[in-house]
Amino acid sequence: MYLYDEIDQSIVDERVAQFRDQTRRFLAGKISEDDFRPLRLQNGLYIQRYAPMLRVAIPYGILSSTQLRMLAHIARKYDRGYGHFSTRQNIQYNWPKVEETPDILADLASVQMHAIQTSGNCVRNITADHFAGVARDEIVDSFVWCELLRQWSTFHPEFAYLPRKFKIAVNGAEADRAATFLHDIGLHAVRGGTGEAGFRVIVGGGMGRTPVIGHVIREFLPWQHLLSYVEAILRVYNRYGRRDNIYKARIKILVRERGPDKFREEVEAEWEQLRDGPSTLTQAEVRRVEGRFVSPRYEALEDLYLAPSGPFGAWMKRNVFPHKRPGYAAVTLSLKKTGVPPGDATDAQMEAIAELADRYSFGELRVTHEQNLVLADVRQERLEALWRELNALGLATPNIGLLTNIIACPGGDFCSLANAKSIPVAEAIQRLFDDLDYLHDIGELDLNISGCINSCGHHHVGHIGVLGVDKQGAEYYQITIGGNQGETQTGQTARRTPAAVGKVIGPSFAQHEVPWVVERLIEVYLDQRESEDERFVDCAHRLGIEPFKQNVYGHADSPRQDRAAVAA
Amino acid sequence: MATLIRRGKIAQPSQPEAGEVLRLEPGDDPAKVAGRLGAVARVEVNFPRFTDGRGYSIARLLRERYGYQGELRAVGDVQRDQLFYLSRCGFDAFLLRDGQDAEEALAAFNDFSEAYQASVERPQPLFRRR
Repeated sequence: MYLYDEIDQSIVDERVAQFRDQTRRFLAGKISEDDFRPLRLQNGLYIQRYAPMLRVAIPYGILSSTQLRMLAHIARKYDRGYGHFSTRQNIQYNWPKVEETPDILADLASVQMHAIQTSGNCVRNITADHFAGVARDEIVDSFVWCELLRQWSTFHPEFAYLPRKFKIAVNGAEADRAATFLHDIGLHAVRGGTGEAGFRVIVGGGMGRTPVIGHVIREFLPWQHLLSYVEAILRVYNRYGRRDNIYKARIKILVRERGPDKFREEVEAEWEQLRDGPSTLTQAEVRRVEGRFVSPRYEALEDLYLAPSGPFGAWMKRNVFPHKRPGYAAVTLSLKKTGVPPGDATDAQMEAIAELADRYSFGELRVTHEQNLVLADVRQERLEALWRELNALGLATPNIGLLTNIIACPGGDFCSLANAKSIPVAEAIQRLFDDLDYLHDIGELDLNISGCINSCGHHHVGHIGVLGVDKQGAEYYQITIGGNQGETQTGQTARRTPAAVGKVIGPSFAQHEVPWVVERLIEVYLDQRESEDERFVDCAHRLGIEPFKQNVYGHADSPRQDRAAVAA
Repeated sequence: MATLIRRGKIAQPSQPEAGEVLRLEPGDDPAKVAGRLGAVARVEVNFPRFTDGRGYSIARLLRERYGYQGELRAVGDVQRDQLFYLSRCGFDAFLLRDGQDAEEALAAFNDFSEAYQASVERPQPLFRRR
């Protein structure tokens, strides 16, 4: 991770003092609720259904064990002993008190953390591919570029009151593990003709009410121009993004209304005025930031030939990812054990994980946008010992990439926006698919659940997506198939199914019917797939939704036969 | 009472201010008034709501692209908690909204001792000064 220097530290310390004063004035009645709202949101503080919610930034998802211990401490001292890792690689606390939040921020600042711009209509926490720095298909280490962007976006004076929130993702590898086509800006590292690093710039993607796949507006942006180009995009958006309707205020709507070509012209014209200006990045600055990242002290090892069977083998297959350094591996800790809300971790688990990070992975870990944790630098010879310890902690469920690795938002159990619960639906599906052999046979499948159209649970890009909807006051669920977060596979045999928004299969279902529907969808896939290499999503793209629809609505046991949407 | 802060101080009420005033709304394009900037006594940028951030871009364009050197005044829903960003974008005068404590507001200019980005106030970003 990046280590703060004195200036970085003073900036977060001054932020704590600023927010403490703002909170004091708010509680004293000197700032109205309306005027305070944007101030507290830009410090991560929401007023929620049952209590405030505080979202703490984990910049691009990397954490030290010391920082994780602080997150555990905060869960214990200010909350109810747990936290929720979100799809934005942040952590959320659901029970803090407004008057205590300045103290929480002060505790965070003591370990180089903050809640800056984790909400509000500003540039949010920048997300990255969680295998940055260790993946074999790496092009650049995305963390360095994320940190440069973090500093650029932190308290950017021009872009604190944008039309709407603004999310940037950076992907440094060949495979897209950061969903770059589903962000306001996606930056995908590429090498130029002479081998120099740069970025493909994707704009206007996003989920929410109006899901859109982003547009490539520049195939190659040399790295020196990263900040000035992003600044040009933000300026066009800040000036021309719609402010009359909150549902039309994201940049994706501006890009759609202008048309991607016209939008590109405007950005390029603005950039012409900014390029080669003072914000042009220098080699010295990139080196300085690189130098402030703690690099693991790898030893010279050789790759081991490991082919275990049984439960350890299943875990090796699903939860262990190859490392670019011989003799090392990256390990995903599953926060998706059946019966535990996806992404939740208790203070005791956080403490235990911090200790494992110290003993197995140079004291560092990462949070993934699929709401799991990663120990990125584990020696292969120690994998079995680590597996045993993770098993004892309930963190070794061998389901990474599989159907039960469900992404879910906190849903109606916590969130005031939700139409429906998401956690019990996730649990019911996990219970139905608890047979590991069956699960592994189904293979890679992203199943994502959102409690409302804001789509914090990324249902639009679930290979199977589940969306909570309100039908005359009752909780119902709409099912989509064929959504995809991007080209996550690389190599010769890769299935290059592009990023896609899922298609609705028909009328929605009651909560208890959802697992049955998932089972019917899987049935079609297992029956029709070309081979085991063809994933559910590839199959759904090849076949279209009709056969899936037939097997759900036309099925003899279908709870929705009465209103069958089956095409004749 | 609305108070005027000018160049970091509470401005004393004086005789009526002379000269032509150019007033811009959030949707106005500074490029269209660039030719008039040399002839006006001051430019006012209106913030109908403080959450409408277009005025920040207008200010930077006036200063950085069109070379405006004169007084640049933020008017409308101008509050203490936005003064720091406004001043970094090139505003040097602020007509505070009614009910704002002007003495307390002055402290806002010192909320932060450093900033990462290039801005009107400090044209070199921190990484070129580090």
